[in-house]
Amino acid sequence: MKLDSRVPTGPLESKWERHQFEMKLVNPANKRKFKVCVVGSGLAGASAAATLAELGYEVDCLCFQDSPRRAHSIAAQGGINAAKNYQNDGDSVYRLFYDTIKGGDFRAREANVYRLAQVSENIIDQCVAQGVPFAREYGGHLDNRSFGGAQVSRTFYARGQTGQQLLLGAYSALARQIGRGTVKMYPRTEMLDLVIVDGKARGVVTRNLVTGAMGRFAADAVVLATGGYSNVFNLSTNAVGCNVTASYRAYKHGAAFANPCYTQIHPTCIPQSGDYQSKLTLMSESLRNDGRVWVPREADDKRDPREIPEDERDYYLERKYPSFGNLAPRDIASRSAKEVCDEGRGVGPGGRGVFLDFADSIQRLGESSIRERYGNLFEMYGRITGENPYQRPMRIYPAPHYTMGGLWVDYNLMSTLPGLHVLGEANFSDHGANRLGASALMQGLADGYFVIPYTIGHYLASNALPKVDTDHPEFQAAEGRACEKINRLLAVQGGRTVDSFHQELGKLCWDYCGMARNRDGLSKALELIPQLRSEFWENVKVPGSGAQFNQSLERAGRVADFLEFAELLCYDARDREESCGGHFREEHQTGEGEALRNDDDYCYAAAWEFDGVGKKPKLHKENLVFENVALAVRSYK
Amino acid sequence: MRLTLEVWRQLDAQTAGMFETYEVPDASEHMSFLELLDHLNESLVRDGQEPIAFDSDCREGICGMCSLVVNGVPHGPQRATTVCQLHMREFNDGDRIVVEPWRAGPFPVIRDLVVDRTSFDRIIEAGGYVAVNTGGAPDANAVPIGKDEADIAFQAAVCIGCGACVAACKNASAMLFVSAKVAQFAHLPQGQPERKRRVRDMVGQMDREGFGGCTNTYDCEGACPKEIPVRFIAEMNRGFLAAKITE
Repeated sequence: MKLDSRVPTGPLESKWERHQFEMKLVNPANKRKFKVCVVGSGLAGASAAATLAELGYEVDCLCFQDSPRRAHSIAAQGGINAAKNYQNDGDSVYRLFYDTIKGGDFRAREANVYRLAQVSENIIDQCVAQGVPFAREYGGHLDNRSFGGAQVSRTFYARGQTGQQLLLGAYSALARQIGRGTVKMYPRTEMLDLVIVDGKARGVVTRNLVTGAMGRFAADAVVLATGGYSNVFNLSTNAVGCNVTASYRAYKHGAAFANPCYTQIHPTCIPQSGDYQSKLTLMSESLRNDGRVWVPREADDKRDPREIPEDERDYYLERKYPSFGNLAPRDIASRSAKEVCDEGRGVGPGGRGVFLDFADSIQRLGESSIRERYGNLFEMYGRITGENPYQRPMRIYPAPHYTMGGLWVDYNLMSTLPGLHVLGEANFSDHGANRLGASALMQGLADGYFVIPYTIGHYLASNALPKVDTDHPEFQAAEGRACEKINRLLAVQGGRTVDSFHQELGKLCWDYCGMARNRDGLSKALELIPQLRSEFWENVKVPGSGAQFNQSLERAGRVADFLEFAELLCYDARDREESCGGHFREEHQTGEGEALRNDDDYCYAAAWEFDGVGKKPKLHKENLVFENVALAVRSYK
Repeated sequence: MRLTLEVWRQLDAQTAGMFETYEVPDASEHMSFLELLDHLNESLVRDGQEPIAFDSDCREGICGMCSLVVNGVPHGPQRATTVCQLHMREFNDGDRIVVEPWRAGPFPVIRDLVVDRTSFDRIIEAGGYVAVNTGGAPDANAVPIGKDEADIAFQAAVCIGCGACVAACKNASAMLFVSAKVAQFAHLPQGQPERKRRVRDMVGQMDREGFGGCTNTYDCEGACPKEIPVRFIAEMNRGFLAAKITE
């Protein structure tokens, strides 16, 4: 496997423009002769499908939800970054580029990130033209707020539901094309395999989740926009349906998977309350502006927090990071919470929680001010926990939230499999080892609206793509493989439910490959995961048949893939002997417990090539070249 | 908590359904309602039975996928709450709880508590958008929009498309859903060029899907997890009339 990033030469500022000119075009009259299959309908998938159809391509779009409007992009809260400089506070394309590279701990590709910053401005224009109701000032202009990792206000938002409004914008553009017949939409349809013909991605095999019927979609190019893999941890802030199946099955066909160990753990989530829990709920990071994080000084202190006197509390973030205090960055805040809980000082059921206390702020500013700022969040917290956060401190704990790793793509967003393009969270390209807040929405829409419409045309115009029908032997073979897997799952008829395996896998990944990792733990995980996988295939119980609506079967297929993917995650985490961004290796830290990067040996993207289930994948390195930004230490002191 | 659930079981749209009774002896008050069903399903599967099918995804009240009628009320007894955010502490030990799917002709049952809501998508496809292609949009601040109008548009735009409004309505009317999308664009300058066409086409599609008309009982507003007000229906009716008489 050869990794060619296809980054255009020349100055950073003009790479994209020149590349746009140099790419081949498809004649408008010829576009309708090409078919593109888009898998996923979140921000990246919906914006790509709509835009490709507007250009004249024939598009098939599939999603596993009952409507494209429900993809998990909808749950994003905070906002979307763009280098508009509307606030006149010194923002620029270059500054957004720089902040993103630095925020990613210098593990992203410069050229991709610069292009992202460039097109960020177009995204906001496009969304406003679609009728997305962003927050506005009384004068009628768009409002901005600031977010972590930036010293300018460049985040556009729609209350606490920016993702919803942006997704409904992209969905409306998609719906318009569906209504015109230029996009054929297939909801409740899950991709189960990729079809490769003569070395090129030429379609997918699917299962209709309502009837159980297998489906075949032939295309000239395939676009995966299938999101991230946080649910390998079972409990995460992701929707319960989010899965790695599409990406993982592409990986098994030879698409390299890059940097799987870069996972983002968000510090402020509502802690787990019991084994029955199905997901974790994020509480906006903004709460840390007015809340103070603490735990009791002594272990096993079960007193009501309000009865614990001041001198028996440990405000550990303020103590350890006096200059950043409670606003320490996500990775630091998450890891510190884990440390105090490991010491037995955690609070709440199970001892995995820390207090986020608003008592001082309420005393200083009054309850009404706090209600004005965070009322909806306090209400959500109260609904879920049954506790009143105005009267007693919130309990929070970190949770898996976003995955920076994903299928490796070149500058054109094409994977190592020709014709297979990967967008949004499913690819690895823009966030390095850590993503800044409000940048996920930006990347999804940049990829879908403004990058893939150009680069896919270049692919289609430069390759000979003889017509492939769905009765091609490769389609039959792919469908055969998918059916065989379904039949195997149904045939086991063991004694354990799918969810119990997912819970055990999630705990294993969380314990050994979560917020802090070490070589021994990862080696242990690499022993335990194959054992759990064997047990799964001997003892899982999937009721019902494949020829019906069968949610247990859907989940079983996804968990089976997570059981293989988890090994890839741990191999990558063990191989990367450094700490950077969301990947913290306990062996690699400074005397003060800060992440210690190793630029001499690990300044590369690790792209893994599948080499058989249970075997260590082959590592390929894309060396990251920093021509414009000097590598520096991220310091929070 | 010990609970008794009466759950609607139905193989598919062609087969008649019926209530089945399940005892849950060990529910926790901290469970969400969907986690209670997960918990019950785990025990059903272990006992060799087929689990209860129900829709959910984000489980934080924003994707609009969950859709249960609990004790006769879409999304259950707590106001402004989707059923995924409803927690068992809203119930009492020993309660008998009736769980049904959305019941409306245009939402046929797929299985058990899962219904087909693609009729909503077809209404949006008929006109619930601003017809603008990607690229060439003017600068986002080129057209100022007063905060008050923008806030009204936002109040309509928060619809999650769950269909509780339809399930709550004795006429199975979708007018709250349709009017929310119509109002979002009617209150924004970007929506003006297609204003008449949009309301006409969306209402036309709504009728073709078989949704009923509004008779002002306001159950939709009461059931809406996002508290979208019924005055948008009145606005839509005015807009529809204006579109028709100037056609």
